[in-house]
Amino acid sequence: MKRIDAIQAIYPAIADHVVVTIMGATAAELFACGHRPNFFYLEHAMGLASSMGLGIALARPDLKVIVLDGDGSVLMNLGGLSTMARSGPPNLVQIVFDNEVLLSVGVSFTTATADVANIEGIARESGVPRTATCKRVEELRECVDMALASNELTTIVAKVEPVGPKSFFIDPHMLENRFEFERALRRMGDSKPIGDVNE
Amino acid sequence: MPVSSQNSQLIYDALKSAGVRLVSALPETWLVHLVGLADDDPEMILVRLAKEEEGIGISAGAHLAGVSSAMLMQNHGFLASVNSIVSLAQLYRIPLLMLISFRGEFGETDPWQTEGGGVTIPVLDALGIPWKRLDSPSVVKKSIQDAMTLSSANLRPVALLLCRDLMWEDAN
Ligand SMILES: Cc1ncc(C[n+]2csc(CCOP(=O)(O)OP(=O)(O)O)c2C)c(N)n1
Repeated sequence: MKRIDAIQAIYPAIADHVVVTIMGATAAELFACGHRPNFFYLEHAMGLASSMGLGIALARPDLKVIVLDGDGSVLMNLGGLSTMARSGPPNLVQIVFDNEVLLSVGVSFTTATADVANIEGIARESGVPRTATCKRVEELRECVDMALASNELTTIVAKVEPVGPKSFFIDPHMLENRFEFERALRRMGDSKPIGDVNE
Repeated sequence: MPVSSQNSQLIYDALKSAGVRLVSALPETWLVHLVGLADDDPEMILVRLAKEEEGIGISAGAHLAGVSSAMLMQNHGFLASVNSIVSLAQLYRIPLLMLISFRGEFGETDPWQTEGGGVTIPVLDALGIPWKRLDSPSVVKKSIQDAMTLSSANLRPVALLLCRDLMWEDAN
């Protein structure tokens, strides 16, 4: 499957939730499907999209948080999987697009998933309670729907072809996106952040 | 244990009154009481990290979701997190309250702490991070509140250095 087709297929399911995506190709492909203020494109800080998703999920248990991740990014923050698992927020779904390369740097530098490593296995053994690997778009769509309905921390590995968009163009500037996203989160959901003094 | 439980309590209470609701931590000896206090407090979310730089991501997420947080780590954890501080907290203007136990200063007995001790302040300065030493109980409450106020105003990281004289009892 191509990642752009996968993102298009799950877009209706994720569009009304909080979405944090990794940099580069994945960010541009999500943007191409239609920007929303509740989408955050984490440029450059490789590996930390899942940690950010964890922070949001813990702070706002009333919201569902979806992280669009990559194999290179996950491998750079492997400990984060165990941190996520032991914190165990039920409202967090991580979708790892595993294209077996560091696509966004423009070269086919393969990652360890191309030959030896298995991210679903690592996630499962790190303690993530629900994991899956999907190879087809339809399968992924079902998996994401089930994860969102399950109310359980989930890591889904989507095996995708190593192809990306022609351009990494994203319209809101990074800081514009950051402030717009913060504001959007304030308007979403049915409760205030945990520990809000005005609760 | 010669780690000061009294001063740990003082720091913890100051964090709470400054509005901190989430603490991410990767401790060393000096921080054990602080982590214990966060763990025992039902009003606090404690995230036990595998590597310090995860804490930058967690704090960034918590901040954008409306929750004030703090990081507890030693200076070597800070040194290990430099890229995430630059590429997330500074690039995206995220306030970040870092409580850093300052090992490797005068009085340090562990040889392995001394290199990191010597470069901590130069690295903070190179990153342009405002920092303050907490070396006496009398400055704790106000400094933590002031650090939080500055970081919420300039949307950047700030560092409080938890010093030997504050954290370690037989130093006095
Ligand atoms: C610390 C660090 N090292 C290297 C880079 C350069 N870089 C940007 S994107 C990227 C690849 C990300 O790979 P992956 O998560 O698999 O996503 P993909 O690009 O394949 O979609 C790299 C290495 C970076 N941003 N930060």
